[in-house]
Amino acid sequence: MAKHKTPLLDELESGPWPSFVSDIKMEAEHRHQNPDGLDYQIPVDCPDDLLGVMELSYKDKETHWKHGGIVGVFGYGGGVIGRYCDQPEKFPGVAHFHTVRVAQPAGKYYTTEYLRGIMDIWDLRGSGMTNMHGSTGDMVLLGTTTPQLEEIFYDLTHTMNTDLGGSGGNLRTPADCLGKSRCEFACYDTNAVCHALTNDYQDELHRPAFPYKFKFKFDGCPNSCVAALARSDFSVVGTWKDDIRIDQDRVKAYVAGEFKPNAGAHGSRDWGKFDIVAEVVDRCPTKCMSYDGAKLSIDNSNCTRCMHCINVMPAALKIGEETGASILLGAKAPILDGAQMSSLLMPFVVVEEPYDEIKEIIENIWDWWMEEGKNRERVGETMKRLSFQKLLEVTGIPAMPQHVKEPRSNPYIFFKEEEVPGGWTRDQQAFRERHKS
Amino acid sequence: MEEQKQAIMEFLEGKKGKSKFYFSDFCKIFPDLKQREVKKFLTALVNEGKLEFWSSGSTTMYGIKGAGKQNAEED
Repeated sequence: MAKHKTPLLDELESGPWPSFVSDIKMEAEHRHQNPDGLDYQIPVDCPDDLLGVMELSYKDKETHWKHGGIVGVFGYGGGVIGRYCDQPEKFPGVAHFHTVRVAQPAGKYYTTEYLRGIMDIWDLRGSGMTNMHGSTGDMVLLGTTTPQLEEIFYDLTHTMNTDLGGSGGNLRTPADCLGKSRCEFACYDTNAVCHALTNDYQDELHRPAFPYKFKFKFDGCPNSCVAALARSDFSVVGTWKDDIRIDQDRVKAYVAGEFKPNAGAHGSRDWGKFDIVAEVVDRCPTKCMSYDGAKLSIDNSNCTRCMHCINVMPAALKIGEETGASILLGAKAPILDGAQMSSLLMPFVVVEEPYDEIKEIIENIWDWWMEEGKNRERVGETMKRLSFQKLLEVTGIPAMPQHVKEPRSNPYIFFKEEEVPGGWTRDQQAFRERHKS
Repeated sequence: MEEQKQAIMEFLEGKKGKSKFYFSDFCKIFPDLKQREVKKFLTALVNEGKLEFWSSGSTTMYGIKGAGKQNAEED
């Protein structure tokens, strides 16, 4: 028997997709039955009251949560997000409903033993409900009370050998794609650099001193499986310098239907015979490809590494051999005032241990942003406010053609006088001598 | 270090009305120091239990431990 009537939430279960409402009801039932005989450390009816307060919010069309507070674990400025219900008498099971972020490992590789261990802690000391995963990549444990926080932290660090993730004005848990561990498109080892930088920047992760949040994301190739370009302040995206490798025999095999395009990813529908011109050549955004009926040609100097041709014919086309990454800065995807994509800062860096080149860029940016950034200003906003040229100055990166974002509308880079040989002054008399008429 | 920690505590104790402050507010006490140095003083004070963090989830502030709203009042 449900504790609260939830007619509005029940509507969400009637659609074709699995519903979180059904999941919460299942957890509510599970906790009441308590088949494992747990001595629950937070109210047993926490999931029931969660449904109740959500129903009330749907009815009132406003939230009944209060966010933020001093809750956390000793010495850490992030990892726990305080949440309280503003109707604690009505919904005592969610009077405290704090979120705990658990740092994800590089590539999000988990063993089932680890996941069961996390859930053993969370069933006992929390609501049993999770969000796998949050936007930053952390495992998000939803709903516990203040007295449980240090207990959970102790178990996570001592039993599970893991740590809290980032929140607040600090470095958020770095995220990466699977990279070379699973993917032939990866241009560098995303897992290695993500793990190394997570370890190197523990102080930035746990003790906030930035104007606002700061996210790293590492994409192994421009397919951008972790959406670094769109979602991270500091985006590292794999790329290559040389030519796309073409196996012409395999191109012919694709044309003959011996290989399935996109490795069969869209094979649930009959799209007809594979048409290399319509599906690959004409889809090239820079029109740098041609197919003469026997041979595929690519003008690599005009290739923007969109990955489309490689994605369609992975058995025939491969990324180049001189691989590394591009570094871009300033993406954000806020709820308010609009998203912003990253701007290209370094067209190509070699990504090799100990990653000193990348770390030098990161630390120069942090020093500048910590000094110049306003409170609650993302680095992308600081960059827009103080100019991209200023960013180049603080990172010591020279202006280059790749920095021109929209050459047709604005092809200019504004140099300072000291950056131009001879400065602004010139001998006008000598100029007129050379241009008499 | 002790001198700077004292300056931070005096800054906080001298404030009326507000109990939580942005990191940048502390940097203004030490205009000649790099932000990373200021962070070391604040971290030391947090580790000594004299300061505590306040977080909205998206931003973080610092305050004297016990000052302003506490857990029980946040309910």
